[in-house]
Amino acid sequence: MASNTQEAAHGGGSAMPQLDFSTFGNQIFWLVVALVVIYLILSRVALPRIAAVLAERQGTITNDLAAAEDLKAKAVEAENAYNKALADARAEAQRIAAETRAEIQAGLDEAIAKADEQIAAKAAESEKAIAEIKAGALESVKAVANDTAEALVAALGGSADKDAIAKAVAERTKG
Amino acid sequence: MGKIFFYAALALVLVSGLILAPEEAKLAIHPMDQFQVSALFGGDISWYTPTNVTAWMAAAVAAVFALLVLGSSRRAIVPGRAQSVAELAYGFIYKMVEDVAGKDGVKFFPYIMTLFMFIVMANFLGLIPGSFTTTSHIAVTAVLAALVFVTVTVVGFVKNGVGFLGLFWVSSAPLALRPILAIIELISYFVRPVSHSIRLAGNVMAGHAVLKVFAGFAAALGMFSFLPIFAITAVYALEVLVAFIQAYVFTILTCVYLKDALHPSH
Amino acid sequence: MEGDIAQLGQFVGAGLAAIGSGAAAIGVGHVAGNFLAGALRNPSAAAGQTATLFIGIAFAEALGIFSFLVALLLMFAV
Repeated sequence: MASNTQEAAHGGGSAMPQLDFSTFGNQIFWLVVALVVIYLILSRVALPRIAAVLAERQGTITNDLAAAEDLKAKAVEAENAYNKALADARAEAQRIAAETRAEIQAGLDEAIAKADEQIAAKAAESEKAIAEIKAGALESVKAVANDTAEALVAALGGSADKDAIAKAVAERTKG
Repeated sequence: MGKIFFYAALALVLVSGLILAPEEAKLAIHPMDQFQVSALFGGDISWYTPTNVTAWMAAAVAAVFALLVLGSSRRAIVPGRAQSVAELAYGFIYKMVEDVAGKDGVKFFPYIMTLFMFIVMANFLGLIPGSFTTTSHIAVTAVLAALVFVTVTVVGFVKNGVGFLGLFWVSSAPLALRPILAIIELISYFVRPVSHSIRLAGNVMAGHAVLKVFAGFAAALGMFSFLPIFAITAVYALEVLVAFIQAYVFTILTCVYLKDALHPSH
Repeated sequence: MEGDIAQLGQFVGAGLAAIGSGAAAIGVGHVAGNFLAGALRNPSAAAGQTATLFIGIAFAEALGIFSFLVALLLMFAV
């Protein structure tokens, strides 16, 4: 640095190029040229274009948001319609099920009634048959008892008239 | 793996420092040589001679063109990388002008954007090793600051007429103090372009000179040259930050001055 | 070794002017530190004040740059 200073002192020119006034005109001239060129580039081309792009993007975003809002509303609508259809279908299904159930119930009742009737008829028939059989059996028992009683009386050496024996047997077998 | 490379590189630096050490290590530091203005094709420098100033200002113009015009040429709704940066720069400055200078400052936006883009590009291009930094010259920054000063003063008087002088008449102060304050305000008003220009040039110049000084140390230290090289790396990172911040500060101060011109009420 | 006294004066003056850089560093540190202290108390208001922070730093730093410039002028231009 000392040598620099010496040089400056001896060579006359400044060792600090910033203070070399002979180059100032040159620098200022080219600076002004550069600034004017940049200003023209920016104000004519670059800035309007970027502003347009930004505005366009803002517009696109706004439009997209509106469209999204629209689509959302549509989706809500569709969901409502779907829910309604679902509820309708469910009600219809329930109605059909109830109807079918009633039909089946009716058929069932009819069948049960018929079966009951048949069963009752059968039962009555059977009862009658049983009664007949029972009567027949009682008749036979009475006859057998009479015969047996008569035979017993005869074997014991007595003789009895049939009516008395029958009367006595009837008396005993009663109850 | 990275560690191995790191140590290998370190060893290489040390060994090469031993081998390539200058015969007589001398501290040859010329931190100011990088700011020398020289004609590109030789000869004397007159006002129109193409110099390295011309070349690097053209590079700055080309960089601005590439970023803002070519970068946004696709006009994509979903921006690519260059277009994102261009839109970011646009939004950054636009918001700054709107916030600081107010709504009616927006019509000066292209002007302020021009200043910002030129300064930031010149600063960043100046960080390329071996390049020439146009914004390190007081002649350049003085013209930038003078443009701002003249614009602000003219706008102030055109917009407010004589009312612009109210900027210097602090009506909220006691009456006795006002003339004194007016003198102080007037001085500070005229110091503005000085500090405005010297801040930018001084910051850039100081950073680059520091880099050069450390580079001189590196040349002189032989095998220990890695120490200043690390320091250079750190200072370089700081300089990248400074390059942007000084452009930002220059721009925002322009906006503040513009606000004073548009709304001079104290 | 003629003219050495003048050089001595230049270098001493440059060194003294460089003290101004340190003073500016104190100023910038004050600005940044107070901003941080305020920002930690009210983080929501901090974002809107970064511009003010940078303006404050710029003003504080400008004076340091002035002293740096004085040093440079003494070294190279006087």
